[in-house]
Amino acid sequence: MTAHVTAAEEHAHGHPTPGTYTKVGLVLFILTALEVALYEVTFGEHAGALGDLRQVFVPMLLTLSAAKFALVAMFYMHLKQDNRLFTGVFVFPLIIAAVVILALAALMAYHMAFSKSGG
Amino acid sequence: MTDVAHAAPAGHLETSTGLDSRKLAIWTFLGSECMFFASLISTYVIYRHRSLVGPFPHTAWTDPATGQVYEPIIEIPLVTVGTALLLFSSLFIVLALYGAQRGNRKMLLGWLGATICCGLFFVGMQVYEFTHFVHKGLTLQRNMFGASFFTLTGFHGTHVSIGVIWLITMFVLALRKQLPPENAINLEMAALYWHFVDVVWIIIFPVVYLMQ
Repeated sequence: MTAHVTAAEEHAHGHPTPGTYTKVGLVLFILTALEVALYEVTFGEHAGALGDLRQVFVPMLLTLSAAKFALVAMFYMHLKQDNRLFTGVFVFPLIIAAVVILALAALMAYHMAFSKSGG
Repeated sequence: MTDVAHAAPAGHLETSTGLDSRKLAIWTFLGSECMFFASLISTYVIYRHRSLVGPFPHTAWTDPATGQVYEPIIEIPLVTVGTALLLFSSLFIVLALYGAQRGNRKMLLGWLGATICCGLFFVGMQVYEFTHFVHKGLTLQRNMFGASFFTLTGFHGTHVSIGVIWLITMFVLALRKQLPPENAINLEMAALYWHFVDVVWIIIFPVVYLMQ
């Protein structure tokens, strides 16, 4: 079978083309570079170059990570094209996982505040 | 072509869902792995700032008893290279899968080999990093940061190592011409696992190395 697949065959198979994969790879690389750059201008050698970003650092970092996560899951893991049952069996535990992280963080923050108040 | 047909490669047994059970099984497994890593990440987030003694991730610490100065542990440049390679390996494995599904053996072997090289580099980077950290005074028993750091990144590294072994197995099968397009599902399952290892690192990298 030839490596040169026609557009019709590509559509029939349903998965992205190598060109799309490469573009997604480039976006992932740029997002990672942005994460490191954000760290550098917030805490690194160039800290303060863009003002005090400490308040927005964590939300921006988490947004960039979430974008990378979504791109890999949608395009490389083919959740965008595959049956939605696969998305369901992956995303449902993912939501539970996120809730567990948030709940534990909130619980420990409350515990710390309670300890400091001498309760 | 319907969604069901996408998910059901040639040769799979008939199922009530119309989906290949092997693929459904790997997705279910990955779902359970999400919860496993969530527990490790939340443990790290909770305990990383609870250390009574250094070394600490981003700040230096002087031992009041001995006067010994412990440098900050985290070093961004090396781990950034490892992160980039792991991301590229995700690109390489989808290109290998693309080749496998179309019977393009050259594409399959080339990209799969590149993926294995990236995986091996990442494992090597982590071994070097762990050794370096131990020399800087951070061990599993030293403090809460050390315990939660080594547990989280150690489990991830173990997953990467298992992934590399799985990919090498696929590479050997491809070399022996035992990975024809109708069996590409075998590589697809390994690729899904590999992507999962990558997305977990996408979370670990900012949480462990960048956040202070």
